[in-house]
This record gives sequence, C-alpha cells and structure tokens, in this order.
Amino acid sequence: MPPAAVSTIGLRKSYGDKTVLDGIDLRIPAGSVFALLGPNGAGKTTTVQILSTLIAADGGQAQVAGHDVATSPDGVRAAIGVTGQFSALDDLLTAEENLLLMADLLRLGKREGRSRTEELLHRFDIADVADKRASTFSGGMRRRLDLAMTLVGDPQVIFLDEPTTGLDPRSRRTMWETVRSLVAGGTTVFLTTQYLDEADQLADRIAVLDGGRIVAEGTADELKAQIPGSHVRLRFTEPAEYESAADAFPGAARDDEDLALRVAGDGGLDALRALIDRLDAAGIRAADFSVHTPDLDDVFLALTGDGATRTGTSTPLHVKETLR
Amino acid sequence: MSTLTYAVHDSMTMLRRNLKHALRYPSVSLGAAMMPILMLLLFVYAFGDSIGAGMGGGRDAYLEYLTPGIIIMGVAAGAMSTSIAVCSDMTEGIINRFRTMNITRSSFMTGHVVGSVIQTMVSIVLVVGFALAVGFRSDASPLEWLAAAGLLTAIAFAVTWLSAALGLISKTVESASNKPLLVQFLPFLGSAFVPADSMSPGLRWFAENQPFTPMTETLRGLLSGSAIGDNGWISLAWCAGISLVGYVWSRSLFNSTTKR
Repeated sequence: MPPAAVSTIGLRKSYGDKTVLDGIDLRIPAGSVFALLGPNGAGKTTTVQILSTLIAADGGQAQVAGHDVATSPDGVRAAIGVTGQFSALDDLLTAEENLLLMADLLRLGKREGRSRTEELLHRFDIADVADKRASTFSGGMRRRLDLAMTLVGDPQVIFLDEPTTGLDPRSRRTMWETVRSLVAGGTTVFLTTQYLDEADQLADRIAVLDGGRIVAEGTADELKAQIPGSHVRLRFTEPAEYESAADAFPGAARDDEDLALRVAGDGGLDALRALIDRLDAAGIRAADFSVHTPDLDDVFLALTGDGATRTGTSTPLHVKETLR
Repeated sequence: MSTLTYAVHDSMTMLRRNLKHALRYPSVSLGAAMMPILMLLLFVYAFGDSIGAGMGGGRDAYLEYLTPGIIIMGVAAGAMSTSIAVCSDMTEGIINRFRTMNITRSSFMTGHVVGSVIQTMVSIVLVVGFALAVGFRSDASPLEWLAAAGLLTAIAFAVTWLSAALGLISKTVESASNKPLLVQFLPFLGSAFVPADSMSPGLRWFAENQPFTPMTETLRGLLSGSAIGDNGWISLAWCAGISLVGYVWSRSLFNSTTKR
C-alpha cells in the first residue's frame, strides 16, 4: 500500500451547538485523486479548512504529507496547494504579477520564479492576458489563474474545494483535464464536489459526506452499485406478464400498483442488451421502458436514513442484484 | 536562511505588493493628501483673516499656526486607506491563500503597516510642499526638520497599527472606511486649528488631554519655534502606547479570525 498523503482519525469540529464534523476517518494514498462528495452544508469546506491548516479541529488527528496539521502546520503548508471555493487572487494585480507574487512568497528566486510563471501562463492558457488585471477576468479564467497560483510551488498535495461550481460546461471540462494532468505528474488531489459525475470522472476513491459523517466510501463503481437510482424501470400492462418478469428478475424491486419493476443497473449498452436478452428469453414484452441514471439525490436516498422519507419514495432502496 | 531573514523577505514581498496597489490606484493615497490640503485652503483663505485677527495676528500668522495642525491631520487621514486595504484583503479569498502558505505569519500585517506609513509620509511631503507654496515659512534647522519627520513617522505608525486593527474588526469595506473617521476627526478637537484655551471648558479639558494636541504642539514647536515643554515626551509616549495597543490588538485579531 502506498504511503498516505492525507489521513485523518476521528476528526471533529463544531461551531457552538452545531456539529459540523462528527468523526471523520480518511486515508488517501499518495498520487491518487480523492473526492469528498456531499451537499451544501455537509462539512466539505470545513474538512478542507482543517486539512489546509486554516482552522483547528476540535478533536481527532489529521496528517497531511507526513505532517500533523496541529503540531506542524508549517510543514503541512510547505507541502500543499489550496484552491478554495472563492477565488484567492489579487484583483489589483495582473495575472503575471499574481504568479510572481506566489513565486516570491515561495522564495523561488528571480529566475526560477520567472520561468515558472511563464510556464504556468502558457499551461493554463492565460499567456495572452498575462498583463491584464485579474479583476477583468471571466469566471473560468479566474479559476484557471487561481489554480495556476496554487501550482507555482509544485505542491505534493492539492486541495480543490468545489473547483467547478459555477463554471460553464466548457471551463468545467478544462478543469477536469487539468486535474487529470496533475495526477499524471504524481500529485495527490483532494477535491470536494456536489456533483456525482465530477467525482465519477476524476476520482479514484469517493467518500460521501452527509451531516458531518462519512456515510459511504469506495470507488465510483462501488458507490454506484449501492445507489438504487441507477436502474431500469420496466412497466407492464398485463399482471401475468408482470409476474413472470418478476420471476425473471428476482432481485428487482416491485411496484405492484403500477405493474412496474425496478431493475438495478448502470444503464450502459451492455447492461441494457443483457436485460433485453433476458426479457426475450422469458418471452415477455414490456409496455414501457425507461433508464434512470443516478444523481446525488439518489445517493442520499440510499445512504442516509431520513432521505427516503423526505422525498417520499416508497420503493425498497437496496437492490441486491446488479446487471453487470 | 534564518527565521529572521525569512520574516524580512516575506514582509518585503508583502510591502512591494501593497506599494504596487498604492501606485496603481493612487486615488486613495492622493485622497489622504487632498483632505488636509483643502482644509488648509479653506481655513487660510476663507477663515484665515478673522481667526488670525482673533489670535492677534493676520492671515500669515494663522498659516504658521495652522500648518503643523494640517500636517497632523494628514497623518490621521492616512488611517482610512490602511483599514480599507486590510479589510478588503481579509474579506477576499487571498488571505486564505496566504494563510495556507508557509510564510511568516506577521509579514501580512507588517507589509500593510509599513506600506501605509510610507504612503502617509508621501502624502505629508505633498501637504508640506503645498503649505510652502501658499506661503508657509519655517525657521526650523535641518535637525528640527529631521526630528519633525521622526515624530510624524512615529505618529503614522501608531495611527496605522490602530487602523489596521479597525480594518480587521470590520466585516465590510464600507464599515472599514467609516471606523477611522473618529481618528481623522480627533485633530479638530485639539489644538490643530485654534488654541485649546479658546475652547469651552469641557472641550478644552478633552483637547488638552487627547493625544493629537501634544503631537500638534510638538510639531509646532519644531517648525515654528514655539515652546515644546513636556509635549515631546508625552507625544512619544502616546505613540508608543497606541502603537502597542494597535499591534497587540491586530495580532490577536489576525490570529483568531478566519473570514471568507
């Protein structure tokens, strides 16, 4: 097992009566991408703030790049780069000056600072606006400059707090490509997001955070298997057909009122083909057929106890069989 | 590099950043010089004859009396740009970037304070130049000018540390620009414009015991040769006290708050 770039044991934080983090255990191997997935207010930003030494935890331990955040914050700071939810640029300086400021604060020396700045301006496609003030930049450009500033020091561990929230789809894609290229260079990336597809696209491992607790952890596929939202809904007109279909798919969730079956699966072509083959083999015809792809709501329906009652879905949530 | 050279290096970087801001957006720093200059014009040309006559001289005598007060006002006027600059940094994301970097913690505030003091001194040079242009004459020796510069720097440090703390407790830039008004207004309630003994008893007591009065009197003594007496030491004690309070307050605020 590779050494952990980030590890926490029982991390806790509360503000007054409100518990924000209620015992977070994480272990993120060096060189991997980890996504902390959760809705607003789940505690994602608080986790990043603790790990990046901005605030102190109330309890538990956290190590980043081999340094304890409480006892060796400067060691942590020397190893990390942080791009927060809100852009951390100097609006009054130009893009180039912002990068040079970082180089100066990292004590890189004049020549190295210049070449690093030059390289990042090109890499993030902001070389042609290098002498424009950051205040004139669009949202996507600001985010790129922000990330470029984070990378001046070539950090071992990078924290990205909701890096694509508020970005247009194209800027979002660019951000994803950047994250992938970072990992290819051996950097560990810790990102938070509210988008399942983003975690799916980027992360090796995903933890779902809800109400200050990790309610699930695993690879994207492992998580999806737990999400009942990823299913195919088959509706029948004849009760007899419905019953024989239920026999053909013993793991499917039943909806006797609508004569509909909910078959778990990822909605991919192979899974669909297998499903149709199975219907054909049983000689059943479905009247209606729809594919439901999972979203964050589904994750919470499945993983949090009160989620199901909140949205009023009555179907059983845990489907044992997956079509794979 | 040692801890100290790191601290100096980081503070210099922060200072360069702040001076760059000031050069790029001179309106705030020039504004700090404009107010005292306008006050000088107003009081000398609009009220100078009558106030001067009331003090037993004329307009020229009043210009000589007024100029040190106007200069002190110029130092106090620098307070606003400090608290605005500190507050806008704290309310924008950049402060969190600085906090997550391995840089000397104190460099952020040091950069702001030293930058503001330099800005204030530049605006003081403008104010003095303007006063000389409209007829102010001083019989101060080079040594007295040097002492005056030293005194003004000490006052600027005190005002700046205090305003830095005011910037830190402000949640918005608007309130950061309002809070120092009290500091800026204080010279009016002292001997900057008229002698304290011409005021009503309550105000007079306040004027005689507030920090800007001994500072104004010391500067007046250095530039115009009036008696300084104990005012010099009292001024320096006020400067040291206010600087210390501002510094300790700023430091504890900066270390304890995380603003977004």
